[in-house]
Amino acid sequence: MSTTRIKLALMFGFIIVSCLMQSVSAWAEEARPLQENAAVEAQVQRLSEELRCLVCQNQTLSDSNSGLAEDLRQEIREMAAKGMSDKAIIDYLVVRYGDFVRYRPPLKSTTALLWFGPFAMLLAGGVILFVTLRRREKMATEAPLSADEARKVSELLDKES
Amino acid sequence: MKRFLVPLVLFFIVVGFLAVGLNLDPREVPSPLVGKPAPMFSLPRLDDPEKVISPKDMLGQVWLFNVWASWCGACKDEHPILMALSKSGVVPVYGMDYKDTRQEALQWLEHGGNPYIASAMDMDGRVGIDYGVYGVPETYVIDKSGVIAYKQIGAITEDVLRNKILPLVKGLQTQ
Repeated sequence: MSTTRIKLALMFGFIIVSCLMQSVSAWAEEARPLQENAAVEAQVQRLSEELRCLVCQNQTLSDSNSGLAEDLRQEIREMAAKGMSDKAIIDYLVVRYGDFVRYRPPLKSTTALLWFGPFAMLLAGGVILFVTLRRREKMATEAPLSADEARKVSELLDKES
Repeated sequence: MKRFLVPLVLFFIVVGFLAVGLNLDPREVPSPLVGKPAPMFSLPRLDDPEKVISPKDMLGQVWLFNVWASWCGACKDEHPILMALSKSGVVPVYGMDYKDTRQEALQWLEHGGNPYIASAMDMDGRVGIDYGVYGVPETYVIDKSGVIAYKQIGAITEDVLRNKILPLVKGLQTQ
């Protein structure tokens, strides 16, 4: 009686352990693609923060819920999974949607004003400031006292003493 | 007097820039595809999914490629214009049904009328991405050698048709 019980218990235990082992090995098999996906996902995330959603133009692809943004994220994911570089993926989208998809516009003749405009303004402001200060300095030093003013000054100084 | 002249001139320059900026439509992104060959595709036809439609079939003629969908509001605005254009026979109009269901698309054509010689079905929007579609409707003018000559983003208006598309099409047809 007791031996059959022990046998049954052993068998039951064996089944449970083998079930557990199987599920563990199943996890192990799934873990590998998950790791690969992490790199892909990181690339998708990085790129979709750099790219503009054309439908809602003040959002990045990663912020936007529009259908096109979802499609493009999927497209980027597939390209990333194929091992394409960031540059290759951005080029793919620029060919289709133009430089406007990039939140960091490239330096070109058409974007020169955008890139250098602020510095040119700063320089102009600096020059204006310098010239104005110079002129003021000259005015302050070069205005001599008139005879009347000189008399008033000496009068006041005399009073003091 | 001179003291006020310089700020005044600067003020008007800034106003000029702002006025131009305000009148630009930020949705009109210049397409890098203009002047390039129309991207190739072969998609099932909406009316008969057994048959395939491809820009290759249209080589040798100037044609309009209109991206539309049954869910698209602005497509209803341009629909009468497309109907009249297709009736006039000036230029063949082909369509692409973008991210839609076949049933709804067919229903919409049946109700509103079908201006297209044929429509391709781009249900997952893949070909739309190749064409840089981001706001339906969009219309491309494609020349005899298969190069995109013009892209209209948003609905075609009477004005755009008369002053841009039709003169362009006539010019391309005589080439």
